[in-house]
Amino acid sequence: MTLQQAKPPLPSADTRWKLINATMRRNGYAGHALIETLHSVQDAFGYLDETSLRFVAASLDLPLSKVFGVATFYHIFMLKPKGRHTCVVCTGTACYIKGAGELLDGIQAHFAIAPGETSEDDRLSVLTARCVGACGLAPAAVLDGDVLGKQTSDTLTAKLEELD
Amino acid sequence: MPRPANQPNVRVVTLKIDDLDLSAREDETIIEVCRENKIPIPSLCYLDGLSTWGACRLCVVELEGQNRLTAACSTRVAEGMQIHTNTERLQRYRRTIIELLFAERSHICSVCVSNGHCELQSLAQRCGVDHVRVPYRQAAYPVDSSHEMFRLDHNRCVLCTRCVRVCDEIEGAHTWDVMGRGSDCRVITDLALPWGESETCTGCGKCVQVCPTGALVKQGTSVGEMVKDQHFLPILARRRHAR
Amino acid sequence: MHLEDLAEKAAEFRAEEAAIQREVRVCMAASCQSSGSLAVMDALKDACGDGNGTCHVKGVGCMGLCSAGPLVAVADKDCGLDASLLYRDVTPNDAPDIMGSVCGAPVERLRCPTDQPFFARQHKIVLENSGIIDPDSFKNYVAAGGYAGMVRALSEMTPADVLREVTTSGLRGRGGGGYPTGLKWSTVAKMPAGQKYVICNADEGDPGAFMDRAVLESDPHRVLEGMAIAAYAIGANKGYIYVRAEYPLAVERLQTALRKAKRAGFLGNKIADTQFNFEIEIRLGAGAFVCGEETALMASIEGLRGQPRPRPPYPAESGLWGCPTLINNVETFANIAPIVREGGDWFASIGTERSKGTKVFALAGKIHNTGLIEVPMGTKLRDIIEIIGGGIPDDKSFKAVQTGGPSGGCIPDRHLDIPVDYDSLKTLGTMMGSGGMIVMDETSCMVDVARYFMEFCMTESCGKCIPCRTGTWQMHSLLDRIAKSQGTQADLALLEELCEVVQATSLCGLGQTAPNPVLSTLRYFRDEYEEKLQLPTS
Repeated sequence: MTLQQAKPPLPSADTRWKLINATMRRNGYAGHALIETLHSVQDAFGYLDETSLRFVAASLDLPLSKVFGVATFYHIFMLKPKGRHTCVVCTGTACYIKGAGELLDGIQAHFAIAPGETSEDDRLSVLTARCVGACGLAPAAVLDGDVLGKQTSDTLTAKLEELD
Repeated sequence: MPRPANQPNVRVVTLKIDDLDLSAREDETIIEVCRENKIPIPSLCYLDGLSTWGACRLCVVELEGQNRLTAACSTRVAEGMQIHTNTERLQRYRRTIIELLFAERSHICSVCVSNGHCELQSLAQRCGVDHVRVPYRQAAYPVDSSHEMFRLDHNRCVLCTRCVRVCDEIEGAHTWDVMGRGSDCRVITDLALPWGESETCTGCGKCVQVCPTGALVKQGTSVGEMVKDQHFLPILARRRHAR
Repeated sequence: MHLEDLAEKAAEFRAEEAAIQREVRVCMAASCQSSGSLAVMDALKDACGDGNGTCHVKGVGCMGLCSAGPLVAVADKDCGLDASLLYRDVTPNDAPDIMGSVCGAPVERLRCPTDQPFFARQHKIVLENSGIIDPDSFKNYVAAGGYAGMVRALSEMTPADVLREVTTSGLRGRGGGGYPTGLKWSTVAKMPAGQKYVICNADEGDPGAFMDRAVLESDPHRVLEGMAIAAYAIGANKGYIYVRAEYPLAVERLQTALRKAKRAGFLGNKIADTQFNFEIEIRLGAGAFVCGEETALMASIEGLRGQPRPRPPYPAESGLWGCPTLINNVETFANIAPIVREGGDWFASIGTERSKGTKVFALAGKIHNTGLIEVPMGTKLRDIIEIIGGGIPDDKSFKAVQTGGPSGGCIPDRHLDIPVDYDSLKTLGTMMGSGGMIVMDETSCMVDVARYFMEFCMTESCGKCIPCRTGTWQMHSLLDRIAKSQGTQADLALLEELCEVVQATSLCGLGQTAPNPVLSTLRYFRDEYEEKLQLPTS
């Protein structure tokens, strides 16, 4: 006896769902494509919400709790939307030794945003990362995907100040 | 080193556990052989009938000729093995692990519905944990009473994942899983929503029966009343695997 | 395909390169890109003009001296300039000066001497193409002798021959533990024929280590070639590269390399016209250090929470989806092609008695020359730090060097004269790890360093086993108290006891080694801990 799980309909007309479906199809809707699929949801929507988690779970025929367990295990996956800009401060060893803590303190003092938080106006999210691999440029931060090397608290807050 | 792949005819090996000369089938684990021979080995995540998890580390034993300790639940016996299950060093480690567990969440036996019937409590007594030297974490966890029959108290959870495994492997619902990482780990139902709202829970109560502590209990029980019954597990496990 | 056919192809590609008179190489590795090398490359291209195809600006992989980026190297056949002219800290505005002076006097203000020890003392095997070839160019790789190892293995050697060469080479796993690679391969090869997997561990998570990233960004084909040779030797037809999502450039270059290798018939079905089939798929990590542990990594490829499981069974016997699986890290695979090409004996002639070959180290922290170096095993730590690394900046004095990341330890000045290899580092209470070296000067507080690593282990603990999940939390809070001068002698004693328990009883390597930074700083800098203790109030 095989009970074929029907594929769920796309949650909305948003074309981004098609991208996510494509990722799952490429992997034959196999359960082991879960992490790949969550990556593609996050790339498309910026974070994972309940709708997308339910859609992925139903499409890959995985238990909801398993999907939630995986989504919360990996630090890259966000369950809340991020601000318009994202600043990731590297807290790898090299950056730590060279003052990553001061960068974070500077941001906290200047913008009152702690790591993992987003400013109230949704302008800026501040995150930390375990080594972005730019140890030669320590201390480093990644602002909207661009690595900023050899930062000081002043240079970084100045950069963040310029954001719209 | 790796064992040879599944051999059809299982051989019998001889080994020594704490000065006892024993023989056992080579596909048995150390903990199984110990249980058969009434050699006590403390354990928490291990439960006969469920898959091996290997996480509580209470069942670690010493193997002669090996520096590293070995978990009895996940290691198969081998010819000539010499095992020590209760050395002074092991006793000390086990006490510390239990202390760490007590300090992690809030295990206050005197007000717990499982008082007197709790595996953690009896382990602590057997291992001689009379006080906890490490500071308590003092993190407050919620209690989920939304299920009409059962209650989940995270403060008593030891993250042994017996509930997760029994729900997945025996009941087949996979309502439970673990979310988060490290000390933020928590057992969840579905998308970490209240248990009572679960779309997948069948209300079978197996998770409650296998839970070693007062984390999963029946509604309406008060202090010391929650007695658990796990006799169904090996029977169900055998029948399920036979199919 | 025979070796001669490949050699012919390589000669053809080299002839194409030979037609280029003037070549300007711009470092396009992540670190130099962060310093603006993309804009520098555009400016150089403008300054180069079309040049009738004789002037070529080429993006290359890591040149090593990351702290001086963007780096640019200039070669010109007319005046016998062979890329030894290196410029540092180049900005787009410097482009006309650089291009205008190629055969004249070099631009002194930008000059980065290549006869300095940082470059002269290195011995490159893994990084032999790094900073020279265009990582996105298949032709460049083949012209530099690429895929000769694989074609040689497939056309002239049996799998057993390959195993023998790798065993003879004495290569040990570059991911940390130093397990003999030949032995690992042989174990998987011995398993009954059937579905087997090769996995490349590119989840370089040690904070302060970026060797694997540089290899992937600079010479991705080399890793693919190493994996294919391994697959041939052990009888696998499917491979995975598990790479950190935090390394987007490395992922991009790997994807390009995979596509090009496949198109050239060097991956896929009937590789190089033999009966050998091998596919490689990329899997992205998602930010979990513990996934560097092989059983956790496999769980992650299977789409699960990256939690380790007890070993045995080892992956060699029951790995990915229960099949025999070979897992090596990037640098290990990067050593394979040269070993097959030049022979195991050649490789074994480099290095020390028990640690063969070279090792790539990432130098970072309080040191002049931060960047990537490759030196023979057995090079003295002092030479690496004081001569190659150029010593400590700002007139500060050296205090310790940290190796092995959160699993390693700190080495004080009095032990700097040891030759670096797997075993010597172990006796000092640290480990090789993947090769990160973080230098600390007198201003670094060792209790603080220990607390930093414990915080790392605490947040990266998967939460499965009790000693690691709760032990790291407890040790961190004790270290925090001591670092804030609120700790007592009893706290220190408890800390040491927890170190022992967590080390002895944890399920996987993360927990088992988490106490190492504490134990090693206690061993060499106990006074710093004791200075911070409160006197008992009686």
